[in-house]
Amino acid sequence: MTEIVMSQTPPILHGPSEKERKYDRQLRLWAASGQAALESANILLVNSGPGTVGVETLKNLVLPGIGRFAIYDEARVEEADLGVNFFLDEDSLGKPRSESLTGHLLELNPEVQGDWYPNENVKTLDSLLTSSPVFTTIIYTHPITPENLSLLESHGQQHQTPLVAIHSAGFYSYFRINLPGAFPIVDTHPDETATTDLRLLTPWPELAVFAEELTKNIDDLSDFEHGHLPYVVILLHYLERWKAEHDGSYPSTYKEKTEFRRIVQGVARTQNAEGGEENFDEAAAAVLKTLVVPSLPSGLKEIFEYERTNPAEQKSGFWVIADAVKAFYEKHKCLPLPGKVPDMKAQSKVYIQLQNIYKAKARKDAAEILETVQATAGGQTIDPAEVDLFCKNAAFVKLINATTGKISRADRLNEVAAQEFRNDEQAEMTLQPLSLLPIYLAMQATAHQVETEDGRGWPRQEEVLARVAKMVPGADENERVRQAVEEVARAEGGELHNVAALTGGMVAQEMIKIITKQYIPIDNTCLFDGISSRCQILRL
Amino acid sequence: MPSLKEQLKLRIESEVQTQIHVGRSFAMRLETRAYSDLHGTNEVNSGPLSLKGRGNAISISPREQLQAVSAHWSSNPSFPSNLQPHLRPNITTQSQHHQPLPSRPYHLHITAITMSAGPVHPSSEPARWKYLDRIRTRPGPFTTPEMFSGETSAEAMDKMKILVIGAGGLGCELLKNLALSGFKNIHVIDMDTIDISNLNRQFLFRQSDVGKFKAEVAAAFVEKRVKGVKITPHNCKIQDFDEDFYMQFQIVVCGLDSIEARRWINATLVNMVDETVEDSYKPLIDGGTEGFKGQARVILPTITSCLECQLDMHAPRAAVPLCTLASIPRQPEHCIEWAHVIAWDKEKPFPQLDKDDPEHITWLYQKALLRAKEFNISGVTYSLTQGVVKNIIPAIAATNSVIAAACCNEALKIATNCAPYLGYPENNYMMYSGNDSIYTYTFKHEKKDDCPVCGVSARELAVDPKWTLQELVDSFAARPEAQLKKPSVRAEGKTLYMQSPPSLEEQTRPNLEKTLAEGLGLMDGQEIGVTDPAFATVSFKFRLKFT
Ligand SMILES: [Zn+2]
Repeated sequence: MTEIVMSQTPPILHGPSEKERKYDRQLRLWAASGQAALESANILLVNSGPGTVGVETLKNLVLPGIGRFAIYDEARVEEADLGVNFFLDEDSLGKPRSESLTGHLLELNPEVQGDWYPNENVKTLDSLLTSSPVFTTIIYTHPITPENLSLLESHGQQHQTPLVAIHSAGFYSYFRINLPGAFPIVDTHPDETATTDLRLLTPWPELAVFAEELTKNIDDLSDFEHGHLPYVVILLHYLERWKAEHDGSYPSTYKEKTEFRRIVQGVARTQNAEGGEENFDEAAAAVLKTLVVPSLPSGLKEIFEYERTNPAEQKSGFWVIADAVKAFYEKHKCLPLPGKVPDMKAQSKVYIQLQNIYKAKARKDAAEILETVQATAGGQTIDPAEVDLFCKNAAFVKLINATTGKISRADRLNEVAAQEFRNDEQAEMTLQPLSLLPIYLAMQATAHQVETEDGRGWPRQEEVLARVAKMVPGADENERVRQAVEEVARAEGGELHNVAALTGGMVAQEMIKIITKQYIPIDNTCLFDGISSRCQILRL
Repeated sequence: MPSLKEQLKLRIESEVQTQIHVGRSFAMRLETRAYSDLHGTNEVNSGPLSLKGRGNAISISPREQLQAVSAHWSSNPSFPSNLQPHLRPNITTQSQHHQPLPSRPYHLHITAITMSAGPVHPSSEPARWKYLDRIRTRPGPFTTPEMFSGETSAEAMDKMKILVIGAGGLGCELLKNLALSGFKNIHVIDMDTIDISNLNRQFLFRQSDVGKFKAEVAAAFVEKRVKGVKITPHNCKIQDFDEDFYMQFQIVVCGLDSIEARRWINATLVNMVDETVEDSYKPLIDGGTEGFKGQARVILPTITSCLECQLDMHAPRAAVPLCTLASIPRQPEHCIEWAHVIAWDKEKPFPQLDKDDPEHITWLYQKALLRAKEFNISGVTYSLTQGVVKNIIPAIAATNSVIAAACCNEALKIATNCAPYLGYPENNYMMYSGNDSIYTYTFKHEKKDDCPVCGVSARELAVDPKWTLQELVDSFAARPEAQLKKPSVRAEGKTLYMQSPPSLEEQTRPNLEKTLAEGLGLMDGQEIGVTDPAFATVSFKFRLKFT
């Protein structure tokens, strides 16, 4: 669309800026729009315990250039910190940990701002929260005091701030993302191969005419022309023939499709110099993938059926566009065309013509949706580029954290636990990996445990198991829960640097996804087992 | 503590043993001879365990089953607390015979309990390494006493030498992680110098370091930050060292972006294994990332699937046919490749293409742009030009953090046995993807009998007998399982084609035009040996299969 216009005008030939060079490897993932979002983010880390996992998370956000961070950490640097935390050194001993961490993190990227607390002016978490501008997200690490936790939770609720809880101890860790409401993502970056949408079973007039033109004398074409027909055109042509011979219906069953594929393979010329035709090979290979009746993808279905209760959602551009796309779908029984044509063997000119036919149709669909959007109250202020992006990605738009009823967290944990333990009983039949929920239960039962000075502060196993039983009655009897409790006891709340670094990497990825609104974040808890080296995602 | 090789032997034997049993009866009824000896009863635990697993090799590991039993014992309240139960396969006889015993019920030998965390045997700076020592010196529910010794593990690590290959995105993380995992003597190899585009993730480097050697700067930084660790940098290629050099290390960890370098170190380490030499056995831990995705894997040379066995997981990108570039471009990439492959050679604007020189990239960009305009193709940008020409893989700090830490976590476990590590005979490979939620797949990649590096038999190679030798030679580059760019070919002591030295190349060149069957007299089922300068020590064995 706009690219075409640009390619006609002489381009400005300049190399990348210093900043573009520095961020080159990440701009290829989230583009300038994602980078801009990162650079305007302001993140608070409320650190406690050994305090490595939160700092490793921040490291991975400072490097790609978040705008600003703040660390709230009441600890002073001790000898044990130096054995687990890379961003502290011998000069840090005895100093406020937040100060030393902030200093070392800021060395990583001169474009990032950082503050540390408590300090002379701001002495408590409460005063920090009330005196600061609203944070983009807040990360806190366990073991956090129940008082600070409830401060953060009410602050998050009040300001609609996403909260991320992290707990890393020994070989285990988990983190949980608490988003303030349903979280839609348009720019989900689906796999290239998944996005092909050629509408071969419902060609619109321009496409049908184009294919007909190219193939009306298909048998008289020169070997060169025949061998350079785009596979889209080949398939459209033979589909027309099939329809004529099958009462106007397309090949629909697997058997019919393989039969159709055989036909396409059979009409390739083999008496030419190459002894075959690559474009017909491509056509045959595309039959099963492209001859599918489109259905409404489950992600989009969830969006169409989602009941909005939050007044903020009513006004959001996303939902206005979603409504317009839904209206389009109901009217046309199909989604707006994304308009991308995969590469295929063809002459340059023919391929570009084909590409333009798809682009024109995509533009037309998008224009219709834009019109609906603009006719909606509040729709006039929506950026047409946003509508465009939605249309291109419609099949892959995703809703995270859609609220499911009014079930409490405690009840949900019990539901999930019952399901997970049931699954484990079937695991030998289903070949599924065993649940990592025992790790969560063992860690959750020690989530507020702060070690005492003499190192004897760790609770006895029986006490931890009793706490597990309080959360999920009966879970304390589960052998794997007991093992997890035992392994957690070995660490006594201490972090292993590797597990903290690994978890910090995962949390940073998730934060980037949430801040840039690109790719798909977890929904909502990630458990990691450093013994079997694997993760599990659960909605808790 | 037993040596790595001994540990592995123990582990393999105990697991082979357990697997035999598991194969017989999954519910795993356990005969608890030792317990019954003590208590005069056979009824302690004859029922199935409540822990269930999946039913095959990737599933519940024999070790997990041992652990399950262990946990079962430890949770048995009637069990005397002074006799801490610890399950141990009755391995004394097996370790003498190095072979699995015939199928029979599993015997348990109960020794020590791990119910409450035991005493800490601290390293030389107990306060500093407090957290690490808890894990590496105390048994847990997943350790076994014949493989794990808390008293000696810190000391053993102090003496270990570990090698890091690559000081880039993964390498910086690896050095930090290993230093904070208690490794004291680390070497690092990297021939590259620091570029500005490294700074978004290679956190040991600053703007002022641009142009300096990565290995040197990274080593100095970590040495300064983590007191007591010694890091020796080598600003050179891995191929500059011989086996004697690699022999000094106990573990090798790789953070490389090149498949070729990976294959070289893999082949070297596999070749170094000498059954009779205890120390010849070097676990290789390899990490790789692309965007939000990555993988971490452990290779126990000659015992597990090696990198070469796994080569088909990294199929080379299909090359665009030359005729598309030359006459029918359709994509911006085609225009860029045309500028790179065809226009540059024809016009030679600079004597040698330097892909890091912005002036050179700008030249290619402008050429590509003109061509794109001629064919009405949109989308050629400077960034895309650079990406296509340099084959740039997107990379971020967060993913490097995940993968490098997964690798070092395995290194710590291998060095101390403080928990089961990835390797034989179970899962040896972790795939990680963060694009759509987070997904890990940790599985067992099977060793291939016909692996050219670690296998015993020749790999089948489907060829047309009417092919010329040239066609055969060219085909090695594209085959996902071979990927050899400059192959030399031998058959039964007869040299068919040699890439070097030049005299031999000239002598064998006429063979290139001959057909395989008629021209060269090769037969269906015949074995050929292929060598490539990228893998000096390895001869890839193939068995021709005529189609
Ligand atoms: Zn192999």
